[in-house]
Amino acid sequence: MRGPEFLEQLEKAVPGAVTGRTLDVVDPWIEVQADRIADVCHWLATASPVRFDSLQCITAVDWCEPDPKKAAKVSWQPHLEMVYHLWSTPARVSLVVKATLPRWKADVPGQLPEIPSVCGVWRGANWHEREVYDLSGVWFTGHPDLRRILCPEDWEGHPLRKDYEMPLEYHGIRGR
Amino acid sequence: MASLVDDDPRIIEFDVRTDEMLVNMGPQHPSTHGVLRLVLRTDGEVVSEVEPHIGYLHRSAEKIGENITHRQFIPYTDRMDYLAAMNMNLGWALTVEKLMKYQVSEKARHLRVLIAELNRIASHLVGMGAYGLDLGTFSPFLYAFREREKILDLFEEACGARLTYSYITVGGLTADLPPGWLQKCEAFLDQFEPIIKEYHALLTTNAIFVKRTANIGVMSRDLAIEYGCSGPVLRGSGVDQDMRRDGEAIYTAMYEGYAFEVAVMKDGHYPRDHEYPAVPADAVLGDCWHRFFVRMLEVVQSMDLVRQAIDRYASCQGPLGDPVKLAEKMPTGDAYLETECPKGQMGFYIVSDGTATPWRARARSSSFSNLAVAHELCRGCLIADVPAIVGSLDIVMGEIDR
Repeated sequence: MRGPEFLEQLEKAVPGAVTGRTLDVVDPWIEVQADRIADVCHWLATASPVRFDSLQCITAVDWCEPDPKKAAKVSWQPHLEMVYHLWSTPARVSLVVKATLPRWKADVPGQLPEIPSVCGVWRGANWHEREVYDLSGVWFTGHPDLRRILCPEDWEGHPLRKDYEMPLEYHGIRGR
Repeated sequence: MASLVDDDPRIIEFDVRTDEMLVNMGPQHPSTHGVLRLVLRTDGEVVSEVEPHIGYLHRSAEKIGENITHRQFIPYTDRMDYLAAMNMNLGWALTVEKLMKYQVSEKARHLRVLIAELNRIASHLVGMGAYGLDLGTFSPFLYAFREREKILDLFEEACGARLTYSYITVGGLTADLPPGWLQKCEAFLDQFEPIIKEYHALLTTNAIFVKRTANIGVMSRDLAIEYGCSGPVLRGSGVDQDMRRDGEAIYTAMYEGYAFEVAVMKDGHYPRDHEYPAVPADAVLGDCWHRFFVRMLEVVQSMDLVRQAIDRYASCQGPLGDPVKLAEKMPTGDAYLETECPKGQMGFYIVSDGTATPWRARARSSSFSNLAVAHELCRGCLIADVPAIVGSLDIVMGEIDR
């Protein structure tokens, strides 16, 4: 199955969800609307001609330059990029799906941006989403048990945000 | 006859309900492979729920990766899976090379195979020995470490370190092998080969070991795939997948020309299984015993690969080639690559903004996915089976917490 043909089928199955494609890079990827990610993944995992039956990794990339001097030079607007790496066991091919999120919900700092959870598609997504929530600050709607996984439960902030600052003190331990 | 079975005190009654109890295993339980805490919800001997709590070894490697160059990150990959540091170095190095479209010399390629496979043997030896410890037998651990020590000696001679090597690096390796190393390596393999029989006698066919592992923690094929399990855990469930054969071109090209068979059960048979003890009658595909057995087969498979790599490396002419500069710029873009580490498929993801420092460095840990499935496997088992199941996943906490 060739790439463009496959994308046509995806477009037919989930109309309007795919907003972009970049196929001439090291790892080709498609971009989908953030609020349709669960629908797209559901189709990819259950109905697509190539069954992407395994979720390998979820990554959130924070596009934000805290230094104002450097920020004036960059070509992008601040945003969060969600990257889903999928794998098809029967066909032995991978697929990269990306989605764009605002850094904060409604641009209110501290309000986490939301994206539908894909736990209903792959049960293994549970821990991956908890990790992204913990470290990058993304709220997965519909996740059965969204809480911190690597940091302590009472930790403040999301360390993999570019503008994150280590707390001065944590339970009497000096932070920085 | 029925009354005789009813009176048997060894039979645990699964239908009796008593008070539920929360039992805490860890964070320092000796048989949990690192600082892992398991909270068990039990009713008598029967476990109804297992909840792993992780993060005790979190050292924010991904955040550090955003502040140093790609080559400076190599020592941090060492400290993820510290039992197979060479394989972790290789995974990161290949991911950067994939992004840079860099190709190492033929000599470096064969040396990488040699080193990575040797480390796979060492890692599986720890996996096997520690699994014996989990199940209450101490001696296999000593025998496994005796042999692992010799591999560490070889590594020490090659790169100076015994655990955190940073030997394989972006663009090649930090140094060539010292003279006489290949002969020592061959001598080790010759000495090691007959010893594998002893391991099989100690564990694989040991009646107590089989009782503790066969038909325990059975994982179906679909469950393993849905949770993103990989490595021996996935192959133990009968899924024929090995990144060395099925992975991306840059990784499979490294193993091009090497003959090896993926250690997975096909049509009821493992490759070359007439050379090994028969599968016990109680064992079911996907149980702890099969996960263990796949690892043991991979030790032999890796030995074959090391021998092939020695021949190929020795016949290579010319220099090894120098690694890339410490601050060599990466092109803008992103690259994701999964390699077959001893514990499973280790994925690295780099997002680059055109400088030598990654914008985002991500490590997808195989043990993380493998441990995530533990609560499914432990549901309804006995407390004594929990270490057997978690041990059979062969996890390393350094890699899970990063």
